[in-house]
Amino acid sequence: MATGVAAWLPFARAAAIGWMPVANCPMPIAPRDNSKRQDELIILNVSGRRFQTWRTTLDRYPDTLLGSSEKDFFYNEETKEYFFDRDPDAFRSILNFYRTGKLHYPRHECISAYDEELTFFGIIPEIIGDCCYEEYKDRKRENLERLQDDQEENKDMKLPNMNFRETMWRAFENPHTSTMALVFYYVTGFFIAISVITNVVETVPCGSTANQKDMPCGERYTVAFFCMDTACVMIFTVEYLLRLFAAPSRYRFMRSVMSIIDVVAILPYYIGLVMTNNEDVSGAFVTLRVFRVFRIFKFSRHSQGLRILGYTLKSCASELGFLLFSLTMAIIIFATVMFYAEKGSSSSKFTSIPASFWYTIVTMTTLGYGDMVPKTIAGKIFGSICSLSGVLVIALPVPVIVSNFSRIYHQNQRADKRRAQKKARLARIRIAKSGSANAFLQSKRNGLINELLELTGTEEDEQKLIKSTSLLESQHHHLLHCLEKTTAHEFVDEQMYEQNCLETVLQSYPSRSPSISSHDSSMGTCCGHRVKKNIPLPNASVPPAHPVPVHQGPLQELSAIHIQCSDPSSHTASRSTLNLKADDSRINCKGGRITTAIISLPTPPALTPDGDGLHGPPQRRPPPPSVSNSSTDVLQ
Amino acid sequence: MWCLFFLSNVASVCVHADKADDDLEMTMVCHRPEGLDQLEAQTNFSKRELQVLYRGFKNECPSGVVNEETFKQIYSQFFPHGDASTYAHYLFNAFDTGHSGSIKFEDFVTALSILLRGTVTEKLQWTFNLYDINRDGYINKEEMTDIVRAIYDMMGKYTYPVLKHDAPKQHVDAFFQKMDKNRDGVVTLDEFILSCQEDENIMRSLQLFENVI
Repeated sequence: MATGVAAWLPFARAAAIGWMPVANCPMPIAPRDNSKRQDELIILNVSGRRFQTWRTTLDRYPDTLLGSSEKDFFYNEETKEYFFDRDPDAFRSILNFYRTGKLHYPRHECISAYDEELTFFGIIPEIIGDCCYEEYKDRKRENLERLQDDQEENKDMKLPNMNFRETMWRAFENPHTSTMALVFYYVTGFFIAISVITNVVETVPCGSTANQKDMPCGERYTVAFFCMDTACVMIFTVEYLLRLFAAPSRYRFMRSVMSIIDVVAILPYYIGLVMTNNEDVSGAFVTLRVFRVFRIFKFSRHSQGLRILGYTLKSCASELGFLLFSLTMAIIIFATVMFYAEKGSSSSKFTSIPASFWYTIVTMTTLGYGDMVPKTIAGKIFGSICSLSGVLVIALPVPVIVSNFSRIYHQNQRADKRRAQKKARLARIRIAKSGSANAFLQSKRNGLINELLELTGTEEDEQKLIKSTSLLESQHHHLLHCLEKTTAHEFVDEQMYEQNCLETVLQSYPSRSPSISSHDSSMGTCCGHRVKKNIPLPNASVPPAHPVPVHQGPLQELSAIHIQCSDPSSHTASRSTLNLKADDSRINCKGGRITTAIISLPTPPALTPDGDGLHGPPQRRPPPPSVSNSSTDVLQ
Repeated sequence: MWCLFFLSNVASVCVHADKADDDLEMTMVCHRPEGLDQLEAQTNFSKRELQVLYRGFKNECPSGVVNEETFKQIYSQFFPHGDASTYAHYLFNAFDTGHSGSIKFEDFVTALSILLRGTVTEKLQWTFNLYDINRDGYINKEEMTDIVRAIYDMMGKYTYPVLKHDAPKQHVDAFFQKMDKNRDGVVTLDEFILSCQEDENIMRSLQLFENVI
């Protein structure tokens, strides 16, 4: 039952009295409305804007938030109203839905924001009214495409565990992934160009020899051209076979357009090899050589524009078909008319209707070669009508194709623009995030300063520093601190980490333990190169609730856990770098400290000015010991 | 001659404009009910109940009147299985006491007052009025068959047991058996009221919708 007309239910029930005398059996008992609530006004306070409505209005849709008891969660006892901390503008359309039974989509609203509001209030978007549904769907589709584009780019990032075949396929599909792929891309492009130019130059007359007239270059320098052709076909064959090998679904690859073009491009050569120089088939052989021109289509892998054009033509297939059909109709009509009009005149070129096709086509496309011209008056009249209508017929479907092309082209432009914007956006986000990470380190130092001050007993300084962090910040920092305690590691910044790395290397060099080899191999770059490796590492610089996609290459924030041995008197010190995956067996207690590193690449070093602090002598302090020196620097 | 031509054109344009205005007027017809106090006096509803009723009414029909199409649409929404339009048509005629082609709020509320808060006699009178399609004071078999068929139409196709074609006819025969006391082939108002008062089931079911509002 449509709840929009719920208000008329009493009427419908009353009208049922009309059935009573006709009925033969007793009626069932009516349900009682025990909660005899008088209809009351409900106040809905949405971010300060008060909406009021009747309770029965909201009760019309009991499977939504406002219509069910779920809204009791938002009830404010003191003010006797329901408070929602949501967007009041979007709420207007939602409340109108209850009132009128029709959900409208306000066009100025962002589609994802609107969707979120609908989800929050438990309304399914499918009930959007017809007036707004199309717009809603269009916007939603655009948004999805945008998201898909973004996802596809993320996919382009190298996944850690790709086997050789997958790597190769990715290299083929997207040449920018690695240098090898780029080289391959350019080499194949070069050879395609060479092959096409060879085909063209082959037919150019190359100057005459003594006894014969002008020969095309192909016949003069047969061997050279043959070698060139062979080389190109070799390259293309190898490329095709490699692609076939690397393709995730070979069957699908073989059916795709590009692979068919590849095959057609190299087949003539092989067929030519197989066939002998027989007189009968040489004609066919010559025809086959025509197919070599298909090599030029291989450029579509290299050119985005060409692909867009191909895609446009495919998507405008119906318009093109219509164009063709209407042209054919017009051609036949006018050819017939012209033929009969010119039949009378002598020495007329219009010998048959098919012969008139040529005239009609040339006239309709306004080419006007002039090889066939009507001579009778009737012919001239119809000829002019033909040319006028030709302009019209061709002009009609063309704008549709053009607009399609423009739309797809702009979509691609948008994709490129978004990619460029994304880099800038992500860089700024990174900076902001690293800012927060460093804030934590800062506050930790402040915290340690406080401890230091506690020991020394200067209270005023302590209070000054305590005030500098807000409650939210301090709670956040407390959380990170808890995490540190949980993992028994600490956060430090990049410089400290690198220094510790170097120190570890220097200290660990004499001792022969298994993890030395990894150190040796990357002594100078232990933090640099290793750190760039795409190992999924726990990201400890932000609260664990926010999973940062770890496979973003340059954005990676590593939490490299590097623990040097502290004093023997301190708690269990296990020496490990995260690169080595926590090698517990090594305990080198020549002194050192426990540090952990957050590496944001690249962290503006200005934010962490106190890398030098750690070089001080090991502190004989209970953990966490290591950053005390830096704290004194900060004080200064 | 040229003048005549010109004038005739102008005249036709004016006529068209008038016609357009008429059309516009007809679609813009709006009706406001009498005051709340008057309605309260005329019906058995309290002010609050009238308010609730009016709000529902106005929500569905912002112009203040219901025409037959809208009425049928609204009523059909309560019976999605079958076709309620025929019965809605009879109901519409029963509600539209002034035979104006549209139901105003007063008609609506008056009928509801009878149906929900009226005496047994009033209810039975109203029902008799509903059955008496041609308003001649008698219910004959054809009228009754139409009504019963309309009621069965609301059931739709998928019923259990399967609806037989002559079920309405049998129903009507049973009805006449009960109601037509003097076997003259028609049922008058008195026969109707008398027969209904004798039947306990009907009496009980008439009280069923007392507390609908």
